[in-house]
Amino acid sequence: MQEKTLYQLAHARTGDKGNKVNISLIAYRAEDYPQLVEQVTEARVRTHFAHRKPTQVTRYLLPKLAAMNFVLDDVLDGGVNDSLNLDMHGKALSFHLLTLTVSAAAPVASAAGAASREAA
Amino acid sequence: METLAVGCGAGFSGDRVDAAEPVVRTLIERGGPAALIFENLAERTLATQQLAKRANPQLGYEPLLALELRPVLADCLAHGIVIVGNFGAANPDGAAQLIRQLALDLGLVAPRIAVVRGDDLSDAGGRALVRSHLPDFDDARFVCANVYQGAFEIAAAIRAGAQIVVTGRVADPSLVLGPAVAHFGWPADHWDALAGATMAGHLLECGAQVSGGYFADPGLKDVPDLHDVGFPIAEIAGDGSCIVGKAARTGGLVDERTVKEQLLYELHDPAAYITPDVVADISDCSVTRVGADRVRLAGVRGHPRTPTLKANVFFDGGWFGEGEISYAGPNAEARARLAMDVMQKRMGRQFPLLPLRFDLIGVTSILGDDGNRMLQAASTGQATDIRLRVAGRHQEQKVIDCLLRELTALWTGGPAGGGGVRVARRQRLSLQSCLIARERVPASFDFAA
Repeated sequence: MQEKTLYQLAHARTGDKGNKVNISLIAYRAEDYPQLVEQVTEARVRTHFAHRKPTQVTRYLLPKLAAMNFVLDDVLDGGVNDSLNLDMHGKALSFHLLTLTVSAAAPVASAAGAASREAA
Repeated sequence: METLAVGCGAGFSGDRVDAAEPVVRTLIERGGPAALIFENLAERTLATQQLAKRANPQLGYEPLLALELRPVLADCLAHGIVIVGNFGAANPDGAAQLIRQLALDLGLVAPRIAVVRGDDLSDAGGRALVRSHLPDFDDARFVCANVYQGAFEIAAAIRAGAQIVVTGRVADPSLVLGPAVAHFGWPADHWDALAGATMAGHLLECGAQVSGGYFADPGLKDVPDLHDVGFPIAEIAGDGSCIVGKAARTGGLVDERTVKEQLLYELHDPAAYITPDVVADISDCSVTRVGADRVRLAGVRGHPRTPTLKANVFFDGGWFGEGEISYAGPNAEARARLAMDVMQKRMGRQFPLLPLRFDLIGVTSILGDDGNRMLQAASTGQATDIRLRVAGRHQEQKVIDCLLRELTALWTGGPAGGGGVRVARRQRLSLQSCLIARERVPASFDFAA
């Protein structure tokens, strides 16, 4: 099965609020979206950002936009006013998300099932 | 009813001061009712301006105000383009006075300038109110408190004839919703329309971030003439839907990708984007290209506004300091790591409990957290151009000064070939937020004398 990075399939942007960031993940092609929904789960994103110690990762689905929104709690060392990081907003974290890999030939049918479950 | 065109002239304090002019030219060519907004107030900016005002009561408004307004003020007044900006910051009266003087300097008739009030809770009464909402309120460290006001006072000021509306803290999208409410006359419970125009405001509030700025990735997401990126304009319809475009004859790009990125920017639950005016729900909205650099946002739903308003309260947070030094050439990474070791040992001896953040810029830096765990996990490599950075914070300035002296001492007492020492320190502000019942913090407006 062929591996692809999210960077090849989607684009992303980080926003910050307090000690949380949100990272949007937007599929370039709508047909890739079900596969992203199936494979880019809250658990995988949490593991991928383990070095930032998120206390919670929440995923919101926007199927009409072929997009999802991840909210990562407590990853900014207190937030813009407290962090010692050069990137105190966590702006660069979106490109870290895009280094996650997905397998390119995922079965689409089961992915659609996962989407409706989580959107409910 | 005719659509309302709202352009954006600035997306933060320090944005490009030549951005508004092409926007205003485009609004004039388009004809019809129009407004221009300036968003100059990030969370921390306001506290910074409160401190500036303490030092000099004449200051405390957006420092670039004259620079950003001068190129467009005459045209806006001549063509009935209402200007709305939160450039009042901590001193809206000072900003109004400056704008009036600017108009007179330009040979214009003094404009009707309205000032929106009610956000500033820094006086004794406001402070008492905030204290009752924060369990560990520390009077000695208090700097300022401001509550996020909404769109309806802005709208009332425009309806009363204001040509320019100066605000302090209002929710960013309310800068756009205000002129829309004034134009369409939406009642306060017209939730879907309010939510639609709120999201139009959300798209505009960061300036170029919806029109090709903060988007380009060469070879993958190319943006034409990024150096001339045009600022956005939203044409808002009577149902709150909008078409987002940008200033004519500029660089940049408005397409479904740029709009989606900005639509989700700083959003958490897409079904509940809370502003003082409405709870916007974009979970079923559509983003559709309708022409070159034109994208329609529709289907935003609105839910009743919350009974509370959010207040940001800033306290003196002691001192922050950082220092950097560079190493390049053979064995540079080992030399940079040795410099880090020297810093750790010398600071650890004097201040064993002071947490320090280290970055090896060129090896690993901004993706890690303040606990240095990513750096510790990175094995030593062969990088040949590295900048060591160390940062810390402490309530006492002398501790931070010591950190900066230790970094500076690497000039002569650190590893070989270190160069480019820079150190900086600044006062920190720490933030607490609370929710206050909206009837306790009413907004109002009046016309500047």
